[in-house]
Formats: sequence, C-alpha cells, structure tokens
Amino acid sequence: MEQDSKSLAALRRGSAGHILDILFTNATRICAIIVLGIIIAMMGSLLVGAWPAFKKFGLSFFISPAWNPVTEDFGALVAIYGTLVTSIIAMLIGVPVSFGIAIFITELCPIWLKRPVSTAIELLAAIPSIIYGMWGLFVFAPFFGDYIEPWISDNLGQIPIIGSLFSGPPLGIGVLTAGIILGIMVIPFMASVFRDLFEVVPAVLKESAYGIGATTWEVVKMIVLPYTKIGVVGGIMLGLGRALGETMAVTFVIGNADRLESSLLMPGNTISSSLANQFTEAVGQMYTSSLIALGLILFLITFVVLSIAKFFLLRLTLREGTRT
Amino acid sequence: MSQLNNINFNLYRRRVLLNFIILSASFLTTLFGLFWLAWLLVTLFSHGFQYLNLSVFTQPTPPPGDAGGLANAIVGSIIITAMGVIIGAPVGVMAGTFLSEYAIRSRIAPVIRFVNDVLLSAPSIIIGVFIYEVVVVPMGNFSGWAGSLALALIALPIIVRTTEDMLKLVPNTVREAACALGAPKWKVTVAIVYRAAKAGILTGILLAVARISGETAPLLFTALNNQFWSSSLNEPVANLPVVIFQFAMSPYEDWQNLAWAGAFLITLSVLALNIMVRTFLRNR
Repeated sequence: MEQDSKSLAALRRGSAGHILDILFTNATRICAIIVLGIIIAMMGSLLVGAWPAFKKFGLSFFISPAWNPVTEDFGALVAIYGTLVTSIIAMLIGVPVSFGIAIFITELCPIWLKRPVSTAIELLAAIPSIIYGMWGLFVFAPFFGDYIEPWISDNLGQIPIIGSLFSGPPLGIGVLTAGIILGIMVIPFMASVFRDLFEVVPAVLKESAYGIGATTWEVVKMIVLPYTKIGVVGGIMLGLGRALGETMAVTFVIGNADRLESSLLMPGNTISSSLANQFTEAVGQMYTSSLIALGLILFLITFVVLSIAKFFLLRLTLREGTRT
Repeated sequence: MSQLNNINFNLYRRRVLLNFIILSASFLTTLFGLFWLAWLLVTLFSHGFQYLNLSVFTQPTPPPGDAGGLANAIVGSIIITAMGVIIGAPVGVMAGTFLSEYAIRSRIAPVIRFVNDVLLSAPSIIIGVFIYEVVVVPMGNFSGWAGSLALALIALPIIVRTTEDMLKLVPNTVREAACALGAPKWKVTVAIVYRAAKAGILTGILLAVARISGETAPLLFTALNNQFWSSSLNEPVANLPVVIFQFAMSPYEDWQNLAWAGAFLITLSVLALNIMVRTFLRNR
C-alpha cells in the first residue's frame, strides 16, 4: 500500500499535469506579488520625487503657508488645511444624512419601496465624480452664491468668534461649496455601507426588542447601533478616505487659490486640486517635487485612514465569527 | 394608582413622540439626500439631451467658436479603457485566484489582501502621479499607454477583490469531486472553479470598466488630451473625461455645451454598465 502511493507520487512528479501545476501556482503567486510590488513602487517613486522638496524645506514644509512658484518657496499648509476642512464639512453633511437614509431603508421603508430606493442609492454611488464637479460648477455654485452665501455672511458672519469663518463676498465657489459638493458625493456611498451594516443585525434581536414594546428609534438606538457601532466607525472612515482623496468634484469648485483664508467662503485649494491644476504646468524641479511631496502626504493620510477603517471592520467580522 | 398610570402614560407619550420626531428626521434626510441627487440628474439629462446631436459622434473636438463634436475623444476613451482592462484583468484574476485557491496557509496572503485594499482606496490622482513618474518621464512624453496603465492600476484591485470573493462562493465539494477524479489542481481551478464562478468574475471586470470609464484624475498627467485624432498610443490621446474637464472649465459657451453632452454620455454608459451587472447577478 505504502509502496503504491510512493510510486504514484513518483509518477505524478514528472507528469505534464504536475509541471503545469507548478507553473500555474507560481503564475498566480507572481500576479499577487505584483499587487504588493505596485504599492512599494508607488511609495518609492513618490519618496524619490518628493525628496528634493523635503531636503530643501525640511519639516517646515508641513507648516509653511507659502506657495510661490516664482521664488520657489513652497509649503503644504494651505493644501493640507483645505483637504481637511473640505473633508470635515463633507462628513458633517454626509454622515447624518446617510445615517438617516440607512435607517429609512432598513427600518421605515415599505417593502415595495425598499428595492427602488436601495438601487437608486447604489447607482448614484457609481456616477463619476467629474459629473458632481461639473454640476457643482454650473448649477450649484451660482445658486449657492446668489441665494445662500449672502444670507450666511449677513447672519452667521456677525457672530463674534466663528463669524470670520463665514464672512466675505458671495463668490459661489470656495472651500464651503467644495465641502458641500463632496458631502453630496459621499452620501450614496456611505448610505449603502451603513445599510449593508444595519441589515446584518439578526432579526431575532430586533424582534425581541419590539416584543417588549420598544419603539423603532429605541430599537435602532439600543439594538442596531450597539451591534454595528464598530462597523459604523469603519464605514465613516471609508467615506472620509474617499472625501480626502477626491479630486474632480473639488477641483471644479474650490477656486484654486494658494492663500490661507480664514473664511470658508473664499477660494482655497486641496492637495488633490493643487495637483490637478498645477502638475502639468509646473516648471522647475522644485515646483514638481513640492507637488509630488503633497501627493505623498495625501497618500499617507489616506493610508492611515484606511488602516483605521480596516481595523474596525476587521474587528466586526472577527466578532461575527465568534458569535455564529 | 392613577398617578402612577399618569406617569406611565406621560412616559409612553414622550417615547412615542421622540420616535416620531426621529423617524420623521430620517425620512426628511432621505428626501434631502435624494433631492440633490435628483437635481443633479435632471440638469445632467436636460443639458445632455439639449446638446447631443449627430455631429457629437462624427466630428472631432473643435477649436473654440467652431462647430464640432467629441468623436476623437469617444474613440480615445474606448481604446484607453479597453487597454486598461486588457492589462489589468488577467493580473487581477490571477492574483484573486492565488488569494482564494492557493493561499490557505500562506503568510503573504493577508499582506496582499491589505495592500490590495490600500490600492483600492488610494486617491486616483496619486496613481496618476505615480505613472507620470515611472512611465511619462522616462518615455519623455504623455501617451495613451501611460493612461491605459494608470486605468489598469485602478481596475486591478477591484478585479482582485471580486475574483477572490466570487471564487470563494464555489462550494468546496465541487473542488473535491474534481480532485477525486484525478484532475491536477490547475485543471480543477481552470476547468471547474472558473467555470462555476464565470458570471461573478465577469461582473467584477464589468464593475472595473464602469469605474475606470469615468476616471479623470489619473488621465490628467498621463494620457493628457489631444485636439485631433491620435495615430498611436505612443502620443497623447484625446479622452472624454479630460475633454469634459478642459471644456467645462473654459470660458467658451460652445465648449461648455459639448462638455455637457460628454458628461451625459459618460453617465449614461456608467449607469448602463451598472444595470447590466445587476441583471447579470440576478439571473445567475
């Protein structure tokens, strides 16, 4: 018996099937390693490209508000500030609205409406971001500048401390507009993430809560949210990662200005919009290198945000695994 | 006793009221969210229809003030997207196969899964910068190939992810049955597992096509743009997203109108691809 299996193994070793097996296995492994190689190459090439800028400006690159191609004096502060502020505005709009939509779909919606609303949300998430940007430039920004911004600067602009955030001429385009467009853009994405999460909650848990007389909101607050809270944080992080790295929706409406303004109504820049607007026309090594350094910073920020998201989502699946 | 009842009743009323307020808020936020998106689609469709005519499909992009269309950009976009998928899909499917079929005890698999997710959510403009540095600078000029490669890098992680997920849906008994008949492992994978997961793998590729056909940022400094017909992928190639970007940002009204027509076309094709994927999955 033992000899049989031994000779069988010997027979297999030289056969065409065995050789093809080895070839195929290694081909798939190489393709998988290509994915790893791409990320390493990306990191490497960004570092090499950004090196001259880091060497010249040092750590002050991160905190310098200068951006002057003529004197070749560059700093990342304006772009980092714009990236963070637009993303925060987007999250302030996007998170509550997507949350409401997800609750509506999973708990409130009549069955016949559930599918159309879910499908609509998912299809909207697939629309390319350049469409959001273009709509923002031609439709939303003029409307916002004509009707909403005058009201904002008249009313909110007078409040003592936060007033300076909301003063200035109603241009239509600017940091606030870009943040709102970003918010509208991440709504479908985050709403479908939240909906998927909420649907994971076992019906038995919800039914037992309803059975002892809980209202729908109480079920959401005391059953659905505690059950999915880790995933919700992960979902918010995924949305944030999207907002941080988004280029086209922002570039159209942010105004491409490289000065630090206290007002959200003024034009500004994000890392991605600086790259989109200036990269092809950058002359001189230092200009290009500074832009690549901005790109590296953006890559690192989104990397950290994604890692946090993965950490939370992974913990959710691990917990799921132990429960079932 | 009646006092206690009263307290209970008040408490109950408060809870119901709170419930009502919050559920109304949820309903209103749904309306709020859908309102913007509906507004966007309505303007897109009305402008798109208005400026869409036959010459959009037959004429190349015009200089400002002249009549013209988007023909070269449409063709360029199709070619770049197709090349991107042709480059990205085989690598993606193979890598997904490795993760699902060959990496059960592999230590590198979790790393690759994580790295794939990083690539999936990397800002697309960074991929543009990367390809600019490793392809455009050594080659000395912007080219269609660089654009295709950038799009391939965006398609790749989507395909890896869906391929792995879809292959994992194939029941293990099917693999065991094939092995028991003496089929070598590669044959089991190619002839049995792939066949069982064909629709799923194709879905992933279609999703990747839908995603990259609207990508603009990575093309800005790779494929760039071209006012004319390009004769090869070694030179800048006109493509819809970048044309839309440049024409929409321009001060000329006829360019802006063409940008609307282009935006309408892109949205329509992306939506059509997504709907195809859905019907595909439902019929499986």
